[in-house]
Amino acid sequence: MNSEGKKRIWSEYQKEIADDHFFYVRSCIRQSFFPGSEQFFLNFMRKDLGKDVFENPSHTTCTGIGYHGDIVPFSTTMTVVARHFALMKESGYKNIAISCVTSFGIYTEILETWKHFPEELEKTREYLYKATGREFDIPENMAHTSDIIYKFRDEISARAKYPLINRMTGEPLKVVEHIGCHYSKMFPKYGIGGAEFPRVLSGMIESWGGEVVDYPERRHCCGFGFRQYLVQANRGYSLSNTYKKFNSMKPYKPDLIITNCPGCNMFMDKWQYTIKAMEGTTFGSAGDSIPVLTYEEVAGLVLGYSPWDLGLQYHMVQSEPLLRKMGVDFNPDDKYKTKDGKNMPVPQNLINS
Amino acid sequence: MADFGFTIIKPRVIDYDSNDRRIAEYIFEREPSFRLCIECGACSATCSAGNFTRFSLREFNILLKRGENSYVKNELKKCMLCGKCTLVCPRGVNTRNVISLAQEAFIKLNGHEV
Repeated sequence: MNSEGKKRIWSEYQKEIADDHFFYVRSCIRQSFFPGSEQFFLNFMRKDLGKDVFENPSHTTCTGIGYHGDIVPFSTTMTVVARHFALMKESGYKNIAISCVTSFGIYTEILETWKHFPEELEKTREYLYKATGREFDIPENMAHTSDIIYKFRDEISARAKYPLINRMTGEPLKVVEHIGCHYSKMFPKYGIGGAEFPRVLSGMIESWGGEVVDYPERRHCCGFGFRQYLVQANRGYSLSNTYKKFNSMKPYKPDLIITNCPGCNMFMDKWQYTIKAMEGTTFGSAGDSIPVLTYEEVAGLVLGYSPWDLGLQYHMVQSEPLLRKMGVDFNPDDKYKTKDGKNMPVPQNLINS
Repeated sequence: MADFGFTIIKPRVIDYDSNDRRIAEYIFEREPSFRLCIECGACSATCSAGNFTRFSLREFNILLKRGENSYVKNELKKCMLCGKCTLVCPRGVNTRNVISLAQEAFIKLNGHEV
């Protein structure tokens, strides 16, 4: 079969990801709810791969949640992001690594705006200079951190201690991959595989031994939707989205969900608790709920990191059934212990625990 | 069950695959002319009941075939069995018998005979 044409077309769906020297920008949601994920990324990049990843403590929110919630004007968002670029310039970096998909969407939207409306770029330069005296350059390379883990997925696979295989049956784990809408649905060229064939998470799953579940609502929104969630009376819209998605994946009996977006992770995790509390429905096999993990947490598990160091206990849906399937060696007594051996308060109403 | 101040909105999508088509099958078997219906609406235009109420035999027939039984059961009571629809049907469908058989089928469905 002649596959040259296919290879050429597929090459158009790729993106260039820098190899080293990253300016790292954190996510508001992830550093609050899944702090182990960002910590794993930094440790893995710096200690395991020996890469240079720089963080500036003066970095702030990108204003994404406020912008999509219709309370922050776009010119403010552009100026805040321009300040991030200024911090990057001052630190001497040209490659930006973004931890959050909402931020990634904001950054791509702004870069595209500046490309098509150069007068907006000039206005932003002026606003930033007047407000802070700073100047900025547009980054040479922009990658979401899931792009970077995707790039190094085979390095992780080569060091894998617990591949995504069910130790009890020997079968690959069935993994649902959920990619944040703002990763590539808005500006497809910034994502691996574009909007049609996003490959960033399925590539990781296949490389680490799992089986990707292809279900009807695979590209459906997680239900976050910003405005739909922020007003309490509207949350039914958000929840109904998630409900539809979970009902669609349920017959495929997934063992695990991987997301690359903080909002998706939070909502697919916590809405499972809400739906269970509201009408008693669960979506996993044997009456369990489905653990929802970030790609970094899964990478950490595959590499043999302690699940409690990765922060799996911070999720609403607990991961013990998954850990047993993967054969991960873990001590339940350490789950709520700090590094110096003190006991932390144990959260109530957790699922799967 | 917990009340969080919002609810799960049930989808308004009609899933024909999960609809119960036993009533329609019962009628097709006993009144094969029902398959000839082209949903032209001549029956509705002449309908005595439809002259004074929202009853539409055309709509009734379509939804009956699709298995939307809760609607059909409710509408069934409005027909007076005058038979004018049968007289005007360009395809010769015995629509009056369709209604009678639908009533019969619902009774049998309740008695678990269908």
